[in-house]
Amino acid sequence: MDLLWQTAVNATYAASYMALIAVWLVMIFGVMGVINFAHGELYMVGAYCVVFLYAQENFPFLLAVAAGLIFVGLVGLVMERTLFRPLRDNPLGGLIASIGFLLILQTLAVFGFGRRMGHVPPWTQDKFEVFGAILTYQRLFVIAAAIVLLAALWAFLKRSKFGRALRACAQDAEAASLQGISMNQTARIAMFIGAALAGVAGALTAPLVSPTPYIGHSIIVTAFIIIIVGGVGSLEGAVIAAVLYAFVHTFVTTFFDGVVANIVGLALMLAVLVVRPTGLFGAKERA
Amino acid sequence: MPGTGTGKLVRRIAWQLRLVFLFAVLAVLPYLLSYSQQEIAVLLVINVLLVSSYRLLTLTGEWSLGHVVIMGVGAYASALLAKRLGVSVPVSLLLGGGIAAATAAVLSFPLFRMKGFYFLIGSFAAGEIIRLIWKRFTEPFGGPKGLKRIDAFPDIDIGFLSIDFFEPVNYYFLALVVVSASLFVLYRIERSRIGLTFHAIHWQDRLAESVGIDTFRYRTLAFVIASFFAGIAGGLYAHYVGAVNPTRFGVDQMVYVLVWAIVGGTATFHGPILGVVVLTVINEIVLRALGLDTARPLIYGAILILSVLYLPNGLESLAPRVRERVRRWRSGPAATGEGAG
Repeated sequence: MDLLWQTAVNATYAASYMALIAVWLVMIFGVMGVINFAHGELYMVGAYCVVFLYAQENFPFLLAVAAGLIFVGLVGLVMERTLFRPLRDNPLGGLIASIGFLLILQTLAVFGFGRRMGHVPPWTQDKFEVFGAILTYQRLFVIAAAIVLLAALWAFLKRSKFGRALRACAQDAEAASLQGISMNQTARIAMFIGAALAGVAGALTAPLVSPTPYIGHSIIVTAFIIIIVGGVGSLEGAVIAAVLYAFVHTFVTTFFDGVVANIVGLALMLAVLVVRPTGLFGAKERA
Repeated sequence: MPGTGTGKLVRRIAWQLRLVFLFAVLAVLPYLLSYSQQEIAVLLVINVLLVSSYRLLTLTGEWSLGHVVIMGVGAYASALLAKRLGVSVPVSLLLGGGIAAATAAVLSFPLFRMKGFYFLIGSFAAGEIIRLIWKRFTEPFGGPKGLKRIDAFPDIDIGFLSIDFFEPVNYYFLALVVVSASLFVLYRIERSRIGLTFHAIHWQDRLAESVGIDTFRYRTLAFVIASFFAGIAGGLYAHYVGAVNPTRFGVDQMVYVLVWAIVGGTATFHGPILGVVVLTVINEIVLRALGLDTARPLIYGAILILSVLYLPNGLESLAPRVRERVRRWRSGPAATGEGAG
């Protein structure tokens, strides 16, 4: 029972950062019609911002996270301008170009920090018990940050004028631009937020995962599973799928092993693709 | 116009002469290379088959991310057959291709329910599952370390003729023969009715269906044929290098295949071959000489982006463009000269 509960707590932590990464990947797909294969590498860059600023240069942790947010957001802007905008009419081209970008980011990380795991000292050792399960403050902080950020996104999308414009673009780009919504402006902001979120997820979890330049691979696989299971184009679906997948993955990892958990996750995704290609929550309406 | 018949004949002879010339160059080539360059030449020949078989799949308009894993299926199968069951290597090579094709046939049931982006992701997932199975099950796949000491190609020793396939030069010629034969088959398939149907499915799948073509079956057929030859390439690789492991058939290898195909251009048969040859030469000569080995992924990434942005039809589209430039440049001064005269 204790083990079950502890595993559930661990899964909650996993769900929170996975949701942060996957949600905006869905949004970017909705707005720009392109799947960003380099999304995992944006997470990796965020993690290395913390490695550099916090672990090597001894800046405060939160400052390093903020720097990661802005820096990775800017990387996202660069991607939008140089890759996705010129290739807007060519979704497959955009995807392939993002694979190229992924290789560049990976190699730069290897040049800057070496192939080996970057060590990030924990910013706090404190932990507490929730009904017998141990939860470190570091993990709690990730969960809290994810909830706050997702709630803020929610409000932004549903309440603000720009959020409405963004959803309009995701639903029908042509109709949206006829209403005077600038596609370029919308894509730019969507990409900035998306990249920044992936960066924050990387920065926050850096002390917990020991980043390597190749960590993006497992991240993007996870993100793909989540957005396919949740339904491409459904933000709510992505959050629910993140929770679902995190629980399945964490439990299988605990009771079998990590590789089996990955196989189960991928098989789950294949099954969803076959049975219901629009995803479990695949909306008739997008975003 | 009179003489169209002879024109055709001349062109045909010119083409055949070019082919003969190409083979002459390929025959002399290894003797001009150092030992390590010969080893690279062997791998290059194998990669030519890999990327050409990939192109057959792209004819139907589907881009798979699992092709390198399918190559791995052929490699593992051939290696295990030879190692565990004592099947002689040339036979195991063919069986390995057959097992790769069978794997593709099974995978086609879930995968070809999808198209485009979903197929891409689905093929990626299927490939990863296969790779993780190799990694997870030490028996018989050897786990993360993979298989080692895979049987080499048996030496040929018939009195006057003895060939030791441990020598890269000899293996180069063996691979060249196998790959040339495979390329010939691939080429004939593309030019056949089946190949034309693949094209039809790519450009007009609804229309193809409405005239009675079972697109699912043809997509599967393309996938199975492509996978057979990828499996052969895998077997050639396994019995040459003598070791395979799950990482060797990972996504980054797949990215290289994509880069070769895209940089070369998939519109023509020779496009992807051009891509793999040019990039390998750049890689081995330029990068190694400059000591930029670690920068390889970065440079590949940049080349990939640049070619998607500025050369969407690949290197093979470069030649006609250059020819056009040259023609205009030549006629340009002539025209102005005429005006002055």
